Amino acid sequence: MSEGIDEGLRSKLQQQGVWVTSVQELYNWGRKNSIWPLQFGLACCAIEMIATAASRYDIARFGGEVFRPSPRQADLMIVAGTVTKKMAPQIVRLYNQMADPKYVIAMGACAISGGPFKQGYNVLKGIDRYIPVDVYIPGCPPRPEALLHAFMELQSKIDEQKLSGANKAAHLEPEEPSEFPVPEFGKHDLEPPANPNVFRPPATERA
Amino acid sequence: MEGLEQIKARIKAAVPGAKIDIVPNPSPANQPSLVIDNEHARDVARFLCDDPALRLDYCSNVTGIDWLDRSVKKTVKVKKVVDGEEKEVVETTEEKLPGYLEAVYHLYSMAHKHGPVIIRMRTADRAENACLPSLTPVWRSAEFQEREIFDLYGVRFDGHPDLRRILMWDEFEDHPMRKDYREPNDYEYEPTPHDDVLEKAKGHYTSRPAEEELKPS
Repeated sequence: MSEGIDEGLRSKLQQQGVWVTSVQELYNWGRKNSIWPLQFGLACCAIEMIATAASRYDIARFGGEVFRPSPRQADLMIVAGTVTKKMAPQIVRLYNQMADPKYVIAMGACAISGGPFKQGYNVLKGIDRYIPVDVYIPGCPPRPEALLHAFMELQSKIDEQKLSGANKAAHLEPEEPSEFPVPEFGKHDLEPPANPNVFRPPATERA
Repeated sequence: MEGLEQIKARIKAAVPGAKIDIVPNPSPANQPSLVIDNEHARDVARFLCDDPALRLDYCSNVTGIDWLDRSVKKTVKVKKVVDGEEKEVVETTEEKLPGYLEAVYHLYSMAHKHGPVIIRMRTADRAENACLPSLTPVWRSAEFQEREIFDLYGVRFDGHPDLRRILMWDEFEDHPMRKDYREPNDYEYEPTPHDDVLEKAKGHYTSRPAEEELKPS
């Protein structure tokens, strides 16, 4: 997918033993095959995440086996489980401490929308209220295959990132924020209840 | 294990002045319980724990109940003289019972392998500073659960060693398990609303533009 190279010429050169590529392709290839997830779990989804990392499902086949116990060394945050309102500020803080480029997978119904706890008072109704999410996996909990699928989706997303131009990757845009405000504990709810710059729910039009 | 009547009599003998009521339970569970008065609660608890015949040394569970204010209607047939004639008239009286908060303790004996004995304590009202004596000095296992009742029902436990919120954050002011609690309205987007959620989600709906507006002019 390297731009500016004719595919026919490229294949001909390859037949002669010359491999032509672009910096962008090499850069994305390197990053997508070595994603280091942040090692933390919040609920039962974390058990499936552990199974995904263990020998049977083996996320190492996709280059994601290096679970780091520090946000400073991680590229990917897998929000695996129920995010309570008491936990949400810590999740946002962990995200802020990760170095760019960074990605988020919202794993399971709770991390997406609050899931079965949506009608409760104490569960955050989706982590996308405070931080941008790249891939959502539904399920309660999602099976390890689903997490692997999400991982591959993320890889293809990374593969399509541009290094330059108008729609280049978010981490290369100086104006795009890489940190987001940490919500405060309020008297009745988190304040603010959602970050309007991140959380843009579709307007529900009903007659 | 001896019956509740017998336990009640022995408590009254051991703790002079204690007021004990038996709350019957007509449900299939058939687990009656004892309501103990707050003033003597600590002594009663100590007696239940230490008495050689009972030895209720294990408090398995502490929970709270919120009883709202309620009114009970009573209909009484009264004989009255109306127009010189004696008639039976049905009179309805309404009695207002103030609400209260309750803490329920389930006690077992590890030594004698019997139980449960259920004791309850009631606050005077549902005010912000409703308080009960803490039984944590008697049963250490009550510590976290009394904190939970403090957090979710707002009952202050006098004599508790470490009375803080346990589930919600310290800045939180409400008591979510009280029946009049209303959770924050954060249903900005709800893809498949139903029942109560639907009612709440309707508040966030934007009206669909009328068809005339959509037509290109």
